[in-house]
Amino acid sequence: MAEKPTLVKCLVWDLDNTVWDGTLLEDPNVELFPGIRDTIVELDSRGVLHSVSSKNDHDLAWKRLEELGLAEYFVHPQIGWGRKSDAVKLIAERLNFAEKTIAFIDDLPTERAEVNYHAPDVRCYPADRAGELTGLPEFSPEIITVDSRRRREMYQAGFRRDAEKDTFNGPDEEFLRTLDLVMTIKRADEEDISRVEELTLRTSQMNATGVHYSDAALRALLADPDHEVLTVTLTDRFGPHGAVGVLLLERHPELWHLKLLATSCRVVTFGAGAVILNWLIDQAAQAGVHLVADFKQTERNRMMDIAYRFAGFANEPCACLAVLGEPVGDGVQRLHLLADRREGPTTMRLTSPELAAAAAVEDAVA
Amino acid sequence: MTVHADNTPLTAETLQKEILAFLTERIKTDVELDQDLFASGVVSSMFAMQLVVHLEDAYDIAIVGADLKLDNFRTVVGMSNLVLRLKGDPEAAGNA
Repeated sequence: MAEKPTLVKCLVWDLDNTVWDGTLLEDPNVELFPGIRDTIVELDSRGVLHSVSSKNDHDLAWKRLEELGLAEYFVHPQIGWGRKSDAVKLIAERLNFAEKTIAFIDDLPTERAEVNYHAPDVRCYPADRAGELTGLPEFSPEIITVDSRRRREMYQAGFRRDAEKDTFNGPDEEFLRTLDLVMTIKRADEEDISRVEELTLRTSQMNATGVHYSDAALRALLADPDHEVLTVTLTDRFGPHGAVGVLLLERHPELWHLKLLATSCRVVTFGAGAVILNWLIDQAAQAGVHLVADFKQTERNRMMDIAYRFAGFANEPCACLAVLGEPVGDGVQRLHLLADRREGPTTMRLTSPELAAAAAVEDAVA
Repeated sequence: MTVHADNTPLTAETLQKEILAFLTERIKTDVELDQDLFASGVVSSMFAMQLVVHLEDAYDIAIVGADLKLDNFRTVVGMSNLVLRLKGDPEAAGNA
């Protein structure tokens, strides 16, 4: 099987003779090329973001995009007289995307060459291929979820949130309380699994085990009475953050085994990992079981290491570990915790299922 | 920033002063040396992570394993003791 190309996460458009037919400074009423609007809307619905790099008068060009009803689709537009490679790199930096996930489309070969020279990982397309883009594999994610369709909305909410945070003068925790954060932990259903698959694909930074559970593997565990597959979503007054976390838990009589905890790096600053862990610890305490978490240290998951340790997990020996056998995979540690009751979070509202109650029912049936 | 200047001796007193200054700057609240930062709600567990990273960068230490527990970060005095111990160990072992 051929290797799948890296998906494009943001497409940067030239305007004159690429998005519209003509040069704005010569013709203030330039019209869109046929099919351009459909391409932009379709890619947006797949979760591909759009931006602009155009040598133009900023105010005039933005006004024309507004008149054409397209302005809302573009994030971090760069309209001015600087180098396009700088614009493209700035867009990647602002979005915190790797350059290999950025694409650039322009009618002028010199502009494409300039971007290619200074940002070789950016994929460049000539303007006359605009109509083909939606058919290319790099613009075709396998899974399109409710979160992909709202990705632009989520980023735009993020920009407003950041702007407000910059002007807030006080402790971070007080700022968090002003956001009206609501976290929902729920037992996953089939649709949730798709959102989770995308999350585990996208975020290696906050995956505590470094193990990738495939869509099929997680789906198979939905029906397993010994496993809990849980998804975490977060919203605040600026809008949704989407699916931000996934947990995979296996129940044993004396312990719960946390096999997977992955959270989106977008919600690290909200302390989401600590809130999830504290909730789980409290549930385990109510069920009267120990907790054991698989953890594999990587270069990128330091924050998760700290979150586990601060929650109280440690490399301590315990007789309960005997039932688990050897960890799967190199370098996977077993962190252990004697669960105790925990207070709910002070920075957000939490809606969550009662795992302890379900455990009691199953024990009664058995 | 309160990154420690290499030319001043690292004592409990200077450490506590630097950590206090960092806290005051970041959480915009005055704290006492022996105040339990977490019990008093001044600091969230999220901020504790930033404290870990800050102490590692500022004093060129690695805080790992058993040292990485909340109790070591509860008070300014506790953090200062942790840094002193981690700075002291390699010198005692002769591989500073």
